[in-house]
Parts: sequence; structure tokens; C-alpha cells
Amino acid sequence: MITSPEIQGGLDTALLRRQFPILERQVKGKPLVYLDNAATTQKPQPVIDALVEYYSGYNANIHRGIHTLAEEATAAFERTRDTVKEFINSACREEIIFTRGATEGINLVAYTWGRQHIRAGDEIIVSTMEHHSNIVPWQILCEEKNAVLKVIPINENGELLMEDFEKLLTEKTRLVAMVHVSNALGTVNPVKEIIAKAHAVGAAVLVDGSQSAVHLDIDVQDLDCDFFVFSGHKVYGPTGSGAVYGKLSLLESMPVFHGGGEMIKEVRFEKSTWADLPYKYEAGTPNIADIIALKAALDFVTDTGKERIRQHENELLALATSALEQIPGVRIIGKAAEKVSVLSFVVDKVHPQDLGILLDNRGIAVRTGHHCAQPLMDFFGIPGTTRASFAMYNTKAEVEALAAGLEKAIKLLA
Amino acid sequence: MEQKSIAATEAEITDEFSLFDTWDEKYEYIIDLGKKLPVLDNRFKLDQNKVRGCQSTVWVVSEYKEGKVFYQADSDSVIVKGLISMLVRVLSGHTPDDIIAAKLEFIDRIGMTSHLAQTRANGLRAMVKQMKNDALAYQLKNSSEAS
Repeated sequence: MITSPEIQGGLDTALLRRQFPILERQVKGKPLVYLDNAATTQKPQPVIDALVEYYSGYNANIHRGIHTLAEEATAAFERTRDTVKEFINSACREEIIFTRGATEGINLVAYTWGRQHIRAGDEIIVSTMEHHSNIVPWQILCEEKNAVLKVIPINENGELLMEDFEKLLTEKTRLVAMVHVSNALGTVNPVKEIIAKAHAVGAAVLVDGSQSAVHLDIDVQDLDCDFFVFSGHKVYGPTGSGAVYGKLSLLESMPVFHGGGEMIKEVRFEKSTWADLPYKYEAGTPNIADIIALKAALDFVTDTGKERIRQHENELLALATSALEQIPGVRIIGKAAEKVSVLSFVVDKVHPQDLGILLDNRGIAVRTGHHCAQPLMDFFGIPGTTRASFAMYNTKAEVEALAAGLEKAIKLLA
Repeated sequence: MEQKSIAATEAEITDEFSLFDTWDEKYEYIIDLGKKLPVLDNRFKLDQNKVRGCQSTVWVVSEYKEGKVFYQADSDSVIVKGLISMLVRVLSGHTPDDIIAAKLEFIDRIGMTSHLAQTRANGLRAMVKQMKNDALAYQLKNSSEAS
């Protein structure tokens, strides 16, 4: 067998990259080095094909349709539900509700379960490293219900202070809404332990899996979380696709979210009744094409092998971390013992935006700014960071390009 | 020395940029301009002087002397500082009328608009807008005093 020099961690990245057509393009006259994967991942050919095949082959509105196209579209749509169920190992397909993404998923839980269960004086716990989308919906709810938002502090490495978390847990705690993996730091939080401790005081737990679904093996039954949300576009799938997992008993007893078609059993002007799960929470025509293509993305990840992907990404992270640590003036933000392939850093006397501009000029895409985590930036006393985040298709050569580009940029700027 | 017209300074900057073959060189020049622009005194770094619509923080202050507007500006981003130093060079020392009428085509001519990502180009537009708004305020003040 001929092996390519790009085989790393058991992944043939050269072969893999051919599945992602966008990686062939040039940016500013140079080959694209895409390191903004925590914001959104690029899409492999099977995902693009699934979208094209749906629109060119069997576009129809789903459910209730009697004609062939509607049946084909419904079947494909529902197949994604089965795939998501497998992907996160939920007990049954009725526990999977499709949404536009994690943000909508969190809002769904806040507006349904939250409104039903949160009362004046109740407490909701989040952490310092939450994305705004796992802060703001709870703030809105707390304001409406006169409830209190509590925040778990972190240490300088970007790890939760678990002792402080335990002190925050009281009989007033109704919910712990916790990011599984920090988008700005890469920290993997000990959610299983958090869930067990929260359950011990009778609190429910929502896990924001926006960053974890793509990197970690997700088993919602093993975690025993009450809710789990993720976005399809961060798992190589289309934008506007995502899902909420909720425990069946909770989903059954929660009030509805959006009213409209599809979510009803019967509509009378006096009173309407709601459809069974999961349709109860899926009002209106869903994002059919993108949900169908989400299956192709999840299959792609599963077929490539999450363990192999993780090993490859961790190698890139280790390489990038040691390369950047050698560049004078660079300070890495987020040094948790448990991390995924997210590398955030600041450079003395250099604004992240300037780094971003100069790296972009070399075809290197990174993210700069507060990463929708302003309270976290405040904790570190910085306005923002530059963040490189690695995916299955990134290579060692790209990490070297980042380090070289960074050195050149810093020389110019500092 | 006679004050150069806005158009003449614009042409001068366009000429300077025509010497560069690559964006690396252009950025090097812009960064150099940014480093040379004097730091704005902290007492001017107020919220009211901040330019909205920028990812980085940008302050613009102006002063009206003998019928002309004089600008000072600063930013925590050295590239943005370089960009705004060009705007200051072009617009500072001119009458409100001339500043409001300035087309500032040099920004396009040096390739800045097409090169910058949309969000950053918006920031540049926001700076121009704020500088012109200041000029407009002096113009309105003039006309109300005259009437």
C-alpha cells in the first residue's frame, strides 16, 4: 500500500481533503488554510450532494403528503432523526427534536421547560465560560420569573472550580445549563460529574453540545443529561440544522414552543390538542433539505471514525501549542488539562484584529474577537483573542503555516 | 505653505500605494503609518468619541479653528490606526464644506475596500461617517450663527 506523507493519526488527510471541495480554493492568491472550524466546519461532498439530490430529485413538503415525492422526503427527513438518535445514543427517536441549531434548542428549553418549572427565587446555574446563547435565554427567563442566575467561576487555566460549583448547588437550584466544551478555550467540562451532582439536589441539566458533538463521543444516556443541544453546521453539516435531545418524560410533560401546523393533533377554535412527540415541538415546515443533509454529515463523521479524528486533531493541537509557545509575546488562553482542538491566544501589544487581517492576507482563516463569550474575556481581562481551531481535514503543514504567518505578522505589528 | 486640496492629498496617497506590488508591502506601510500617528491623550478617549461599527476601538476627536476642522484619532488596532491616519491626512485642516463633499475615492483606488473583509470595510465607512458628521455639525453651527 502506498501511504501519503500526510497520513497522521491514522487519517489520510490528503484523501480526506479531496472530499471537501472548498479546500481547493485560493484566498488572497494563496491556498486556503481554514482554521475557523469552531465557528463552522466545511462541508464534505456527500453533504453537498444530499442537498442537490433533495432539491433536484424529491423536493416536497413532508408528513401528511400522499404522493411519492412527499413520502420520499418524509422518509429521508425521518432517517436523519434515527441517525441523530444513534449519534448521541438517545433511547428513542421521539427524544430528538429538530431545530435550526443549538441557539434555538436552548431557547426551546428556556421557553417551554423553563417557563413551566422556574418560579420566583429559583436559581439557574451557568458557568463563566458559556457562549452568549447559553446565558441570554436564561437571563430573559430569570427576569421574567424573578429567578436568579448563578455563575460557576473558573481558574486561570480555564477550568471550572468544582468546589465552588458544589457550593452554588442548593435546594433552590432548578437548572444547570452548562457548556460541554468551551468554544473560546477548548476546555472539556466534566459534565457527567456535574449532572450527577445537580441531580442529587433535584436540578435538571442542559448540556450545550455545540462544540462537543463534533469532537467527543456523545452518549446522552450515559451522561444522564436532561437536555442536550447541538448545531449541525459545526459537525460538517448544513447551517440551519440542529437538534435538541430531551428526556422523553420531560418532553411529554412540557408545554409547546411554537404553535402552528404539524405540531397539532386537532385544531378547534375552542381548544386545540398537540401532536405526539417529536412533532409537538416542530411547528411549521421544517428545514427539510438541511436536516436531510445533516444525516450525510453525521454518517461522514461516524464513517471516518470519531476516535481517529480526535487523535489527529489532538496531534495538531499539541503541535500548534508548542509552536506558538515558542513565539515571543504569545500567551495561550485556555490551558485546561482536558481540551479539544481549539487554540486561543493573545499577543503582547498586538490587537487580535490586526493578526486576523495579516493572517487572512496569507490565506489563513482564524477567528478574532470575544467569541460570543464576553464574560469569559472579562475574566481574563482581555477584549478578545485570536483563535485557531482544527478539524479532521487540517494538516501539520497548515499548523506550520499558521506559526510562520504568526511570526511574520508579529514582527510587523509589535 | 499652502494647504493641499483634499483631491491632491488623495492623489498623493494613491501614488504612494502604486509603488507597492503586494499586499504585504501595503500592510507594512499602513502599519508604519499607524505606528507614527501620535497617541491620543487619554482625556479624549471618551465613549462619545468612539466610532460605532468597528471591531476594534476607534476614537476620533475634532477641533474647529478659523473655519477649518482638525482631526485627531487613535485605535487599539495598529492597522486601523494606519487607515485612519490616512483619513486624517486627507481631511484634516479643511473646511466643513470640503470635508462633506470629499469623495475619498483613494480608499477604493488603493484597493482597500475590495481587500478588507466586509466587517472591517464597514468599520472604515463608520470612521469616514463620523469624521463627516463632525464636519456637518460645525457647518450647521456656522449657518445657525450666520442667520
